[in-house]
Amino acid sequence: MSAREQMLGAIRRSLRRGELPAVSRAVVDARLREHPVNIVPRRTEGSDADRVAQFEHWAAFHHASVARVDVAGVPGAVADYLKTNNLPARVAMAPDPDLDRYDWPSAPMLEIRRGKPVDADPVAVTGAFAGIAETGTLVFASGPDHPTSLNLLPETHVVVLREADVVGPIEDVFVRLRARYGEGRMPRTVNTVTGPSRTGDIEQQLELGAHGPRRMHILLVRD
Amino acid sequence: MKSTARAFKANVDRALVDTNLQQSLAMLKVGFSERRRQAVERLPEFEALRDRARDIKNHTLAHLDYYLETFETKVKGLGGHVHWAPTAEDARDIVLRLCREAGAKTVAKSKSMITEEIALNDHLEAHGIEPVETDLGEYIIQLRNEAPSHIIAPAVHLTKDQVADTFLEHHARHGFTRRLTERNDLVAEARQILRQRFQDADVGITGANFLVAETGSSMLVTNEGNADLSNTLPRMHIVIASIEKVIPTLEDAGTLLRVLARSATGQEWSSYTTFNTGPKREGDLDGPESYHVVLLDNGRSSVLGTEMQDILRCIRCGACMNHCPVYGAIGGHAYGWVYPGPLGAVLTPQLIGVEEAGNLPNASTFCGRCESVCPVRIPLPKLMRHWREREFERHLTPSTVRQGLSLWAFFARRPTLYRLATRVANAALSLFGRAEGHYRALPLAGGWTTHRDLPAPPPGGTFMAQWKARGGASR
Ligand code: SF4
Repeated sequence: MSAREQMLGAIRRSLRRGELPAVSRAVVDARLREHPVNIVPRRTEGSDADRVAQFEHWAAFHHASVARVDVAGVPGAVADYLKTNNLPARVAMAPDPDLDRYDWPSAPMLEIRRGKPVDADPVAVTGAFAGIAETGTLVFASGPDHPTSLNLLPETHVVVLREADVVGPIEDVFVRLRARYGEGRMPRTVNTVTGPSRTGDIEQQLELGAHGPRRMHILLVRD
Repeated sequence: MKSTARAFKANVDRALVDTNLQQSLAMLKVGFSERRRQAVERLPEFEALRDRARDIKNHTLAHLDYYLETFETKVKGLGGHVHWAPTAEDARDIVLRLCREAGAKTVAKSKSMITEEIALNDHLEAHGIEPVETDLGEYIIQLRNEAPSHIIAPAVHLTKDQVADTFLEHHARHGFTRRLTERNDLVAEARQILRQRFQDADVGITGANFLVAETGSSMLVTNEGNADLSNTLPRMHIVIASIEKVIPTLEDAGTLLRVLARSATGQEWSSYTTFNTGPKREGDLDGPESYHVVLLDNGRSSVLGTEMQDILRCIRCGACMNHCPVYGAIGGHAYGWVYPGPLGAVLTPQLIGVEEAGNLPNASTFCGRCESVCPVRIPLPKLMRHWREREFERHLTPSTVRQGLSLWAFFARRPTLYRLATRVANAALSLFGRAEGHYRALPLAGGWTTHRDLPAPPPGGTFMAQWKARGGASR
């Protein structure tokens, strides 16, 4: 008997049944197919503007900084942020076509390389699949246009998030993921990231920048 | 991990006089529990979410075979592999074989209690593969050659000064020779060293908080981002998860994550909550070439369908230990095995045997705080009581306790004698120093009073005496 059969057999013996009977199977099949929404906190209800404000509140709560800009202002806002914080203007940017709508040459001081980061890259600039207002969380979906390591290696992560991509609860992200990738399908990695990396492992005191970015700056773009 | 649960009493004696430990535990009481309280206050739906979380887990357990098979089908469809491991030994062998296939010299590990349970690190080391713990707390205790003392904060028993000494001792070979005093410097130094270790690692090994049957995703929650580096940079990603980690859908994950983060650290959402689904895809610029999930049973299937089944709902948040007066007094190491606190008191006898760990379920005041904070509403005191009864039935209880209890039973069945005896005993006890209503020491009960004060009967006499004086049951 294979290890697999042994384990499934042991589970079924403990549950005092054989394989799931067809009737019950149909019920659980349907639950998987319909993936019903459980309880969604009311905190996410409200207008579009409320939602964006809520995102901003919770992102700041989790030690990210947030600035609101219009489309034309994005490149300048990135450059200003780096300058204000005394950071190098050398940027590893996601090869994401969505980022092409911003006029990067309008901020000539930025030295931009598109692709995945090398360890020495100090700054990453990426878009985001969505922002979750409930907790101020960013959602990054991996793919040829967005290597996961951009979210992790550089010490500073600047994220360009369109207001239209701010959703209420994480359940709305699942809806969008299914629309983009298909039912039951996901990209290799979906990172949901809330503020900079942190640890409380020494005396339970918060320290930022444990392994991932020390700084996270979010540009909320009005469309 | 080798158990020292049998030596629980000696472990406790040591813990109570360890000043560094006591200093760290004092911080624990104000830290985690206060932050949890604030997070719960911010979310009016919290109690309803706990009910739903419990129901999701119960539903899954009742259909565990179905959801595991569904998960497996999904992972295979993505080009990943699923391995079934009935025992700890099977799991160790599978992981070793995979590491060898990958030609691995070092593996980057993200904190995983399951790998502690199966003692994976020792096994890999014995076969010439170096496991590098990357969670800061795990890294610190790996350097110190210690076991974790808490399931989400493995180095919670250490002070900053102890960490500084440990780094000074071990980081010299990486060229860091200054003793650091600031927390942020300690974090930065570890980051720098571990960054290189990530780059060098051939395999990344992580646990999983949940496995999502709907999509074949394994989910991991961290605050540091170390799990994400472990599953992104190395060529191979191995996930080790016990069978009860599977859940049906993404929506179910959403509910469980809401209660997990708040119960564990009082956060709204953990900093990095990641869904990994199979190996690198066509066109992806990073990610592992191969992706393996090892499903571990190690005794869990035999808990299903028994009165202990509720413990399989556990999502390893740590809230029960953060709120436990016993854990707060003795810390995690005294429990002698992987899982401390009320969770450990229930799970350890199950996994390594009541003969070995029979002392643990007795380490409870039955105050009920663990159950009151458990996000999936596990009746921990009831389950501990169950073990106590089993232990008693099997005559595993130390003979002094058994004799004491049968003596009590003898008197309890003879009320007149009982009253007389307690009066005599009470008078006798006055000889042993009654200070502020507590006896600090008690003849024949040293095992009790070493770690606790026995409340002295109130000045008005025993309960029975007062009851009678006030007219007893006739009133
Ligand atoms: S038993 Fe409950 S409180 Fe304790 S770790 Fe498990 S889920 Fe958390």
